[in-house]
Amino acid sequence: MLTTENTTDAPILQMAGISKSFPGVKALSDVSLELRAGHVTALIGENGAGKSTLVKILTGIYQPDEGSIRVDGKELALPTADAAQDAGITAIHQETVLFDELTVAENIYIGHQPRNRFGLIDWPAMHARAAAILHGIDAPIDTRVRLKDLSIAQRHLVAIARALSIDARIVIMDEPTAALSYKEVEELFLIIERLKTAGKAILFISHKFEEVWQICEYFAVFRDGRQVGAGRLDQVSHNDLVKLMVGRDVTQAFPKLPAQIGEVVLKVDGYCHPTEFDSVSFELRRGEILGLYGLVGAGRSEFCQALFGISRPSAGQLTLDGRPTAIASPSDAIDAGIVYVPEERGRHGAITAMPIVTNMSLPSLKVTSKRNFLRMAEEFALARKYAERLDLRAASLSQPVGTLSGGNQQKVVIGKWLATLPKVIILDEPTKGIDIGSKAAVHAFMSELAVEGLAVIMVSSEIPEILGMSDRVIVMREGRMAGAFEREGLTPEALVRAATGNREAAA
Amino acid sequence: MNTIRSLLARREALLVLASLLLLVAITARFPAFSTPGNLATVFNDTSILIMMALGQSAVILTKSIDLSVAANVALTGMTVAMLNHLFPELPLGLLILLAIVMGMALGAINGFLVWWLDIPAIVVTLGTMTIFRGMAFVESGGAWVNAHEMSPMFLEVPRTVILGLPVLSWIGILAIILGAILFTRTSLGRAFYATGGNAVAAVYTGIDVGKTRFFAFVLSGTMAGLCGYLWVARYAVAYVDVASGFELDTVAACVIGGVSTIGGVGTVGGVVLGALFLGIIKNALPVIGISPFWQMAISGAIIIAAVVINARGERVKGRVILRRKEIQL
Amino acid sequence: MTDQSAALSPRHIPDRLDSPLKRALKSWETLLIAVAIAIAIANSLASPYFLDPWNLSDATFNFTEKAILAIAMTFVIITGEIDLSVASTIALASTAMGAAAQTGAGTIELAAIGLGVGLICGLFNGFLVARLGLPAIVATIGTMSLYRGIAYVVLGDQVYKNYPADFAVFGQGYVWWIFSIEFVTFLVLALIAGIVLHRTIFGRQVYAVGNNALAARFSGVKVQKIKFIVFLLTGLAAGLASVMLTSRLGSTRPSIAVGWELDAVTMAVLGGVNINGGSGRILGVVIAAFVMGLVTFGLGLLNVPGIVMSIFMGLMLILVIALPLVAERIARYRRLAR
Repeated sequence: MLTTENTTDAPILQMAGISKSFPGVKALSDVSLELRAGHVTALIGENGAGKSTLVKILTGIYQPDEGSIRVDGKELALPTADAAQDAGITAIHQETVLFDELTVAENIYIGHQPRNRFGLIDWPAMHARAAAILHGIDAPIDTRVRLKDLSIAQRHLVAIARALSIDARIVIMDEPTAALSYKEVEELFLIIERLKTAGKAILFISHKFEEVWQICEYFAVFRDGRQVGAGRLDQVSHNDLVKLMVGRDVTQAFPKLPAQIGEVVLKVDGYCHPTEFDSVSFELRRGEILGLYGLVGAGRSEFCQALFGISRPSAGQLTLDGRPTAIASPSDAIDAGIVYVPEERGRHGAITAMPIVTNMSLPSLKVTSKRNFLRMAEEFALARKYAERLDLRAASLSQPVGTLSGGNQQKVVIGKWLATLPKVIILDEPTKGIDIGSKAAVHAFMSELAVEGLAVIMVSSEIPEILGMSDRVIVMREGRMAGAFEREGLTPEALVRAATGNREAAA
Repeated sequence: MNTIRSLLARREALLVLASLLLLVAITARFPAFSTPGNLATVFNDTSILIMMALGQSAVILTKSIDLSVAANVALTGMTVAMLNHLFPELPLGLLILLAIVMGMALGAINGFLVWWLDIPAIVVTLGTMTIFRGMAFVESGGAWVNAHEMSPMFLEVPRTVILGLPVLSWIGILAIILGAILFTRTSLGRAFYATGGNAVAAVYTGIDVGKTRFFAFVLSGTMAGLCGYLWVARYAVAYVDVASGFELDTVAACVIGGVSTIGGVGTVGGVVLGALFLGIIKNALPVIGISPFWQMAISGAIIIAAVVINARGERVKGRVILRRKEIQL
Repeated sequence: MTDQSAALSPRHIPDRLDSPLKRALKSWETLLIAVAIAIAIANSLASPYFLDPWNLSDATFNFTEKAILAIAMTFVIITGEIDLSVASTIALASTAMGAAAQTGAGTIELAAIGLGVGLICGLFNGFLVARLGLPAIVATIGTMSLYRGIAYVVLGDQVYKNYPADFAVFGQGYVWWIFSIEFVTFLVLALIAGIVLHRTIFGRQVYAVGNNALAARFSGVKVQKIKFIVFLLTGLAAGLASVMLTSRLGSTRPSIAVGWELDAVTMAVLGGVNINGGSGRILGVVIAAFVMGLVTFGLGLLNVPGIVMSIFMGLMLILVIALPLVAERIARYRRLAR
């Protein structure tokens, strides 16, 4: 446990001994956290470290099993989201959870609308106050516009205005920069500075270290549901933090094996989409791992989904094994030998309520069945083959996929696609939200596939993963290709520079 | 130019225009239809639909549906009609209060099942729809309560003319005003929108989604209860099949009025205009010499057309990544 | 978390944990059979006429047509949709047959017309839901109004009666002894439906769509096509039910089969089909059809009027869904209390 000296002012919020369990998982055990007025505290941790559970406890969505929450030294319970708001706590979530169909003003004030003397909602006052708050944070947004007509950055501003409107003293920002461009992040930081001056205590959740160093004074690190360190940022080094977060030495070993790079399998020429991406072209060879890097919202997933036939490109050609191929639907893609492991496992990747075996066999039913009639024995054989190959941990093959850990769910999705014997496999954020052990296993497996001659496209937002695994990297920014790099001599700075479009990349 | 287009994009304006065109077309051949007196009759005839559609719209806003409203009318209507027949000395005020409370209780049963057990609203209300109507049969034994068996007071109140309009119309107008205040000026009304618009976000902003749905069903039931009395008094007869299929009309009025069945979108003005549009058609059919048997097919066709139009407006806009396409504000 | 202890050799994962017998005992179908037997015993105690083979045979008529609807509805509900227009489809198909019979159409032509109209109705529903992507509840409420509305436009308060004499075979004929054509058709259809749903690629894809349409699409399932086909099949089943019902009654009124959509949904849900889609079995729905037939028959023996029976149907629909949920709640409170 690394703890540095606490200095000046007393904390405004103190959480102590917080524990929270879900069926089968201990999400938080004996966690503490302190926030100070006028300061930003960084909450650092990998996916699954318990950060979002903590946020949900602070905002009254979950109830802790044990532990105490004190605001200004007074212990309180937060049984509902209302109670949290009354205590002056508010959160701005990474996927802004607001109301698309309601106006900006109402999104800011819903739940605590200004009233007139008859106790009815006072719309003119609501618009006036909303406009004033937005003006205060230099956000020129019309309060009468519906939220669905705003950009993601503008929605963030609305969420911040909402936090100000309830006069929150404690503001939680849950990965607020994930979907923002470099310039928008700078603007957000100006607002955070202003909130600090106004005496708010801010909890800033991020796993982008450069941002943490830029904006925060205090830190707390979570790992596997425990708090493993906290204190002042100026008393620790970058390496200390990474070590705390990962729980082992920083030099992550990526098990990239040298693979025989063969002939061109896939050639994409000028792929365009009306709204999501523009003129993307590249070649992909057998045995190659192509990294696709960019900020969240750079159009990488949308491009990959077009390759897989989920959406159709408005222009451009695709050549597979030298033959021009048109892909109009995922089943066309699967037949052609292109498969896609999506980022959102629970929504797109696996049918979580169905057993492992039916998930694994779903795209291969033509092979396992005979004249359209299912043969369960064949399905079990297929599922067993890939389960063993991927070292899947499950009680039985009839177990619903939803009851597996994130890493094992990912293995089911990958196994399902390998069973179709593809030529090209697209992995979209393959290690997002899975624990470190499974992460290494997925990396090792990916490398194995390349050695066996599969062509791999890997979308990732994690620079170490991109650097460690890719033979070649393409960077996308705002729907366009912003750079292509070979593995040799590639630096993180070059990637960030290309991804953000900024000459002086953040260190 | 832009303002005209955005005005036309609003469902209310579109409906006013459609209703006016309809009226003009009918009036061209049957001038008597558009006299103020007849239009007042059309409004009076549509008042019950307006009230129940308002209740239904609250339910649909929260992303649910209430198919039991017509059966609720039949049961409460039969109950007050029989009480009036058996105990003519009971004061009318008490009967009306009873109808309201009973409708409210029936709505609360629906709401409770949806709230507490999280059973899909369509299943709950399909079930209670048959149960309520079956109970109307059980209590009446299948017998009718006819006009001569009801007290004159019971029958007269809705049709008493005050300031040129029957009481029924005034109740309808009052319901519209109260509905507009509830939907736009109270936190419960806005909670209807929030619950249907984004249930997750609603929880984060401190709104109890289940409780909000419960209140929507209570409101819908209350309206149906009041209309139970108004219906049997106005048509001077109570029988098991009263208002049979009327739940579809209430859904139709909402859908035509631009209430999204995906939840969270709709206005009181739209619902009222949607109901009036149906009311005009219903009243015009006999005038222009079309058999009333056409009515069901026409409302079916209008529902489908309205859902198609609504769906075009609801099409989820993809996240736009290419900057040049982004909306400038 | 437990994953970190990587074993050297791949560990064996069994296909299933429960033995087939254990799974059968825990199933909803077993419970339904027990209920059916209990009702049958109660009926035979209540009335000496119950166990007469011909009485039992007559009793099948009151549920076979609805059960055919329920089997088709099972497919629709498993894909996560619903079709409220089935009863109106029966009315429209029956009206078309009645109109054709007036012009002297023969038995085969009439049956073809009935099935054809059903198919067209299903086609239109499929177009609205699968192709245009409309919410099924509202879209089929619309067509429910439209289809029966057209029947009213054509018939008004009239009745079609002049069906050819041999048309009665579909609804009144017998295959052998007490086994009516209706009943045998239902059993054969149930068997086919069971094979299609549980033993073919199409059936598997129906479940995939109902559990997670997005993930199904990302796995190469043509979601729209599957939904379109199930609506088409449901229309066809309603057409068949219409042929049988019209043949059995020998007349057509526009109010024919009013409210049957509710009975079909109730049978499916009682049979263990999840109203939110994704799970359910044909066997359960078939047993549920028998249970509802037995209840109706028993209440009929006690001279309970039809509309009162519908109270039982409504109650059954809600209770069947509510009771497991209530039990789950109670179990959870107990666990928390401990």
